[in-house]
Amino acid sequence: MIFTIAAKELKTLFASPLAWIILAVLQCLLAWFFLGQVDAFLAVQPQLAALANPPGVTELIVTPLFGIAAMILLMVVPPLSMRLIAEERRNQTMALLLSAPVSITEIILGKFLGLMAFLALFIGLTTLMSFSLYGGATLDLGLLAGNILGLVLLAASFAALGLYISSLTAHPIVAAIGTLGAFLGLWVVDISARDPDSLLHYLSLLKHFESFNRGVIATADAAYFTLFTVLFLVLAVRRLDRDRL
Amino acid sequence: MTNITVSTSDLSRSYGTRTAVHDIGFELRQGEVLGLLGPNGAGKTTTLQMLAGCLAPSAGRIEICGIDLLERPREAKALLGFLPETPPLYRDLTVDEYLRFAARLHHVPKAGIPAALERTKRRCGLADTGKRLIGSLSKGFQQRVGIAQAIVHNPRVVILDEPTVGLDPIQIREIRTLIRELGGKHSVILSTHILTEVESVCDRIQIMDRGQLVFGGDFAQLKQAHPEQAGLEEVFIHLTQQEEQA
Repeated sequence: MIFTIAAKELKTLFASPLAWIILAVLQCLLAWFFLGQVDAFLAVQPQLAALANPPGVTELIVTPLFGIAAMILLMVVPPLSMRLIAEERRNQTMALLLSAPVSITEIILGKFLGLMAFLALFIGLTTLMSFSLYGGATLDLGLLAGNILGLVLLAASFAALGLYISSLTAHPIVAAIGTLGAFLGLWVVDISARDPDSLLHYLSLLKHFESFNRGVIATADAAYFTLFTVLFLVLAVRRLDRDRL
Repeated sequence: MTNITVSTSDLSRSYGTRTAVHDIGFELRQGEVLGLLGPNGAGKTTTLQMLAGCLAPSAGRIEICGIDLLERPREAKALLGFLPETPPLYRDLTVDEYLRFAARLHHVPKAGIPAALERTKRRCGLADTGKRLIGSLSKGFQQRVGIAQAIVHNPRVVILDEPTVGLDPIQIREIRTLIRELGGKHSVILSTHILTEVESVCDRIQIMDRGQLVFGGDFAQLKQAHPEQAGLEEVFIHLTQQEEQA
């Protein structure tokens, strides 16, 4: 049942030009950035050869590429997640799901997985771009895997929060702006905290993604993203359930 | 096996301090078409939404074919088909895609879906529209897709909230014929404020006014209870205005 709903979400996304345009525009931007990184790498390559323990191609190209991809996700998720529930409310289509023999949890998980499938496509394309380096270099697969995992976890957190905010309103645009605001807030929440051990540092999404970006797969960071995702999915279920009461 | 398909008792619903539906109880048997009548704001839609499981009642019980809707919602809802006031249509999908989704949601096995779609489209007069986008259909056809969605899984109880609103006279007649047909195998509850509609398709009527049932029974009982009134319209006006004066 979850997959039926997820498949429908994905189909609806691709039924409108939005999904195609997002994928195309992002791919262009990422490719441009990627090209720039490759150019920069080629320019510094002679100096690198003189170093005793030089950073590899993965660190110099793939790490920044995924860093940018994370920033892009932050801007791409709101217009995608805004419709998930807000639009169903607005068009009064929620009744179809509510009167069907499915639980609220299944509805929320289905919608979450549908969005995740789309984001996985984006992450997959980014990964493929990195693999194109195999033509002339060897990649640090561990570092790449860390980056992919980090990006997937980050995408899941974004999708869950976006879904929750979408469940709060019947206006997709309000949901989108709210979601973008929440993401940016969580991204830079540590900006004024000097003490690296402060709570604000712990709350910052950026901090947790950075370690994955460096290739460090820490349980604490993975747990942060997982808890974040689960928390907002549970909140979304509760919010939707309250509509019936 | 009992042939009572819907049974409710002491059903109430309030929004904040305002009571929309108060102590409603009725039963519906297999094959019957029940018309829920009432002026605007009488609580018809609220009642139907509660029966369909979209809205939790503040108090009372609902049983669908003997299964408690509140305690075992999944099993009960599998026996229900619901067309809300605004048909819940995804405009970006084609009719086939949409009905397939509705069928999957209601646990129609994968192998049975093509046949279910075929049968439903034939019944609703949608045979040639399968490949068209719902958003590009006229209002009447969208309404039919809404009804198709409610019966695609062959439910025992079909709940229709104002199914003929906004349709032209020919479409209204077709939909009424369809409802009569449905009444043969399924139980149908429909709400409306068009009295002729009730007279032409319903076996039994329930008249609601300001959240309460003011009459429930068939046409013979209606005549018996209100011999001084000439027809349904007079009874309806009598019942709903009497309340106003009280």
